[in-house]
Amino acid sequence: MRSVQMVHRARSSHIGSALSIADLLAVLYGGRLRVDPTRPAWEGRDRMVLSKGHACVALYAALAERGYFPVEWLDTFYQNGTLLAGHATAGTPGIDVSTGSLGHGLSIACGMALAGRRAGADYRVFTVLSDGECDEGSTWEAVLFAPHHRLDNLVAIVDYNKIQSLGRVEDVLNLDPLADKWRAFGWAVREIDGHDLAKIDAAMDTLPLQAHRPTCLIAHTVKGKGVSFMENRLAWHYRPPEDDELALALEELTSA
Amino acid sequence: MDALFQAAEADSRVTLVVGDLGYSVVDQFAARFPNQFLNVGVAEQNMAGVAAGLALSGQIVFTYSIANFPTFRCLEQVRNDICYHGADVKITAVGGGFAYGALGVSHHATEDLAIMRSLPGMTVIAPGDPTEAARAVPAVIARSGPCYVRLGKAGEPQVHTGPIDFRIGQAIRVREGGDLTLITTGGLLANTMAAAEELSRQHRLEATVFSMHTLKPLDTDAVVTAARQTAMVVTIEEHSVIGGLGGAVAEVLAEQDAPRARLMRIGIPSAFDSRVGTQAYLRERHGLSVDALVGSIAGAVTAPAI
Repeated sequence: MRSVQMVHRARSSHIGSALSIADLLAVLYGGRLRVDPTRPAWEGRDRMVLSKGHACVALYAALAERGYFPVEWLDTFYQNGTLLAGHATAGTPGIDVSTGSLGHGLSIACGMALAGRRAGADYRVFTVLSDGECDEGSTWEAVLFAPHHRLDNLVAIVDYNKIQSLGRVEDVLNLDPLADKWRAFGWAVREIDGHDLAKIDAAMDTLPLQAHRPTCLIAHTVKGKGVSFMENRLAWHYRPPEDDELALALEELTSA
Repeated sequence: MDALFQAAEADSRVTLVVGDLGYSVVDQFAARFPNQFLNVGVAEQNMAGVAAGLALSGQIVFTYSIANFPTFRCLEQVRNDICYHGADVKITAVGGGFAYGALGVSHHATEDLAIMRSLPGMTVIAPGDPTEAARAVPAVIARSGPCYVRLGKAGEPQVHTGPIDFRIGQAIRVREGGDLTLITTGGLLANTMAAAEELSRQHRLEATVFSMHTLKPLDTDAVVTAARQTAMVVTIEEHSVIGGLGGAVAEVLAEQDAPRARLMRIGIPSAFDSRVGTQAYLRERHGLSVDALVGSIAGAVTAPAI
């Protein structure tokens, strides 16, 4: 809800991408991530890298709800001089890694996971990728890397909403069978409904899925989830809701 | 490499990350410090990203590869993941300039200084001889944030005969002379010094020589002083004349009040040379040999100012 309001107020974009990960972030920041909002730089925290940085409004909303910063800050999103940029940016309380260009986050997460393991630390590293960024060759360099180094403290969540920037994934550059690809590279993979809070939560219970292997959760999601006229519609990668659309969207999200 | 051994020994945060290159160079390091070594494979984008992740988790990371691979191949990772985060990653390239001359244009690192210099927060260093290279290692470790270190190949001639005062951002004056100033960076220090001796012997021109081992932050005081004290400043680099040492010095001098020295930039024109050969051959072809330097500099000094 807050994401939709932010995008509406800011006249910005990517609301569809944010809504597709809102439920995933709700579970992570609702308690599954071992973090302490009063100590954002705490050494022992679980790391969360939003590799699909364009969906940052969902992250900002989650961080505000979790108590990293006042909810009022969300009003400053996208405005001159704000801490809440149009892509996730380090320096915002709760955000360790700046992203925005696709195909970077998984490599950084790999480095963090490897450093943690070498230091004997028990934190975990989560990263959320888009399906579109699975087009990037750099993503697959990192997909090769993590199993080789047995990074079972690493969890990659692919937001598989099946729509990328200019069309349906299957039409632009088909990824299927996506789970098989990750599996073939050596990851322990589980496919989940990325909007079923109980199932997402249950998947978090069993991490790592397999000892000595990194975990990949392929979350089947719906772009624009929760707002009937946004769901699976490419236009909402770009346009903000008008006033009447905002009211309608908020009504649908509230009643859900 | 000895300096990196010492650093890794002294500080367990020092980690070497290679992109599957460094045969016979890195294996001893890997054997000695397995927990401080990582070969990511032939995957430079991942190398830069992983290095950033390690650095953001407290490591001091040296990435290492040949020529353009740890820079151009992963330039956006260097910019966003390393520089934007101010990550403690020291990008180390071996094979600066024409060091791998016979391997062709893919292995000629001739625009790296310009591009690395343009990145916010990046320190850029090109040591002039093995002594400077060894001193650069602890210096970049002590300097927080991203650094680019451009090396030649093993076997560079030793120029400094005694101890040096190596400080990042401070040029080393290796010769004194009142007629002109030669400023060089990286592995051409030996040729520049030899050229200065020949200019003295053949043309009675006495040159001050600076080893400008740090390109960024540039020692602007040294440049400005040289332009005030001598009538001509010559930059000499095994790099494109665009954006490297010559570009950096030109930027400084262009903003100086007159009177100032004339500037001559000696470097590689912005054009690919498909002719390959040894480093000495390619230096000769591009006017960077000792004889060519003496000829072009003496000619410029005696030519009337335009």
